[in-house]
Amino acid sequence: MNNKIVFGSYIPTNSVLHRLDPRMKLMMCIGFVVLVFFVNNLITGAWLALSLLLAIKLSKVSVKLYWQGLKPLFWIILITVVFQIFFSSGGTVYWRWGIMSVTHDGLINSLIILYRFVVIIVASTVLTVTTQTIQIADGLSWMMKPLALIKVPVNQITLMLSIALRFVPTIMDETGKIMKAQRARGMNFNQGNIITRVHHLVPILIPLFVNSFKRAEELATAMEARGYDPNAPRTHYRQLIWHQVDNWAAVWSSLVVVILFILRIFF
Amino acid sequence: MAGIRVNNLTFTYPNQERPVLKDINIDIAPASWTAIIGHNGSGKSTLVRLIDGLLIPDKGTIEVNGINVDENSLGLIHQQIGFVFQNPENQFVGATVADDVAFGLENRRVPPAEMKKRIHHSLEMVGMLDYQDAEPVNLSGGQKQRVALAGVLSLMPQVIILDEATSMLDPLARQEILSLLTELRSKQNISIISITHDINEIELADETIILDEARVAKQGPTKEVLKDGALLDKIGVGLPAGQQLKQLLAQRGINVPDNYFSLEEIKQWLTQQLQ
Repeated sequence: MNNKIVFGSYIPTNSVLHRLDPRMKLMMCIGFVVLVFFVNNLITGAWLALSLLLAIKLSKVSVKLYWQGLKPLFWIILITVVFQIFFSSGGTVYWRWGIMSVTHDGLINSLIILYRFVVIIVASTVLTVTTQTIQIADGLSWMMKPLALIKVPVNQITLMLSIALRFVPTIMDETGKIMKAQRARGMNFNQGNIITRVHHLVPILIPLFVNSFKRAEELATAMEARGYDPNAPRTHYRQLIWHQVDNWAAVWSSLVVVILFILRIFF
Repeated sequence: MAGIRVNNLTFTYPNQERPVLKDINIDIAPASWTAIIGHNGSGKSTLVRLIDGLLIPDKGTIEVNGINVDENSLGLIHQQIGFVFQNPENQFVGATVADDVAFGLENRRVPPAEMKKRIHHSLEMVGMLDYQDAEPVNLSGGQKQRVALAGVLSLMPQVIILDEATSMLDPLARQEILSLLTELRSKQNISIISITHDINEIELADETIILDEARVAKQGPTKEVLKDGALLDKIGVGLPAGQQLKQLLAQRGINVPDNYFSLEEIKQWLTQQLQ
């Protein structure tokens, strides 16, 4: 069994945000990411950061956990920012060495990118920490509903998504077992250069693939036996219910948007 | 015509020359418990999959409660029959226990309000109500099989097919599932067809069918079938403990009457004799 706590996974603290409708939270998260690109100065940036801080406070999950969420992405952020500092041009030049230079615009750009990275990652972490994956899937399927008009098989896609999510731990478990089985046959996964190591993945991947196909076939038979017909309409056990609190969330989110644009106009 | 009737059934898998099943004729009475036993590869699983319409026969007919099994009646057949498969992991569709039980109900277009009631009821029957929101990773094999059974029960089928459903479980979990089935059968008019290698499970059945080399080798009341020690040895089931005890007693000159069959019954008989 795998007990690894992946960061960004659901933490049940039963806060207001946990009780919000997943559709509302999804829309808020997507809306927020879009808004980040409308930030054009310190004040608008501070305003969005403030509203994000409010969300973090409301989620009742400690700030430390959010910080841990950023850590694995630290190197990607750092490299991008450093790249921006040294390789973008424009404005006053402070330092130059070959093709590298530190300029005023470069510094500003790198700050903006740092800001966007951090804010977007934290915002999506707020979503995943307060919403179970199955609920996110439910929310997504609701959002995809209009696509049914252009003959996108929304119900099948939703079921596919939820089955895929359900089998992630199963397949991780199986990977562990296969690795142990190969180790028992004398395989050493921690030796050799990168090419040997990649080569060593083959005896893991092949059994994993073969087993997954077998699994899929068995699952398909079981689903058929339980009366699943991909083309027939189905009812849904999980019903999303829009509560009063979701209306309030909508009002607050609109306020954030309106104030952001007002700040943009006046400053 | 209630019950299951199989007439002259022959089935060959695509790309194979030898048929897995050849001229099979079987009658299964309603509300009976039938065990199907045989070697691996003797066609047991194929037979029950054909009965549930998951495979289509080359020759012959199958009738379930008066409905002819063919491509047009599959929906109806799946409503009559609930199927529990061998691997607990590979029949768990939902993200949580309740979702998994709901899967069959969703396919049947049961309204959400009623679905809730049925899920509650069937999880209560299998004793998994406390695990409603549990995810499959956190369940044992036995618990997953109980959920699979709840999924079947929520659809209220006439027939439950168990395809080695207890073979991947530890003895305790197996015993739990079997006592659950015994209890269910005494309360409801459900027929059970179980494929098994487990002698205790066979002893629970009223009727036993032995498949060997694509044909029915023996078919009849379990007590009769299990007397054929040579055949049981040949298919690798081995003699049931009661029969072994009977033989050993017979060697010592104690003849247990025929109507005492299981270990428990013989124990009772012996206690009576000793008093």
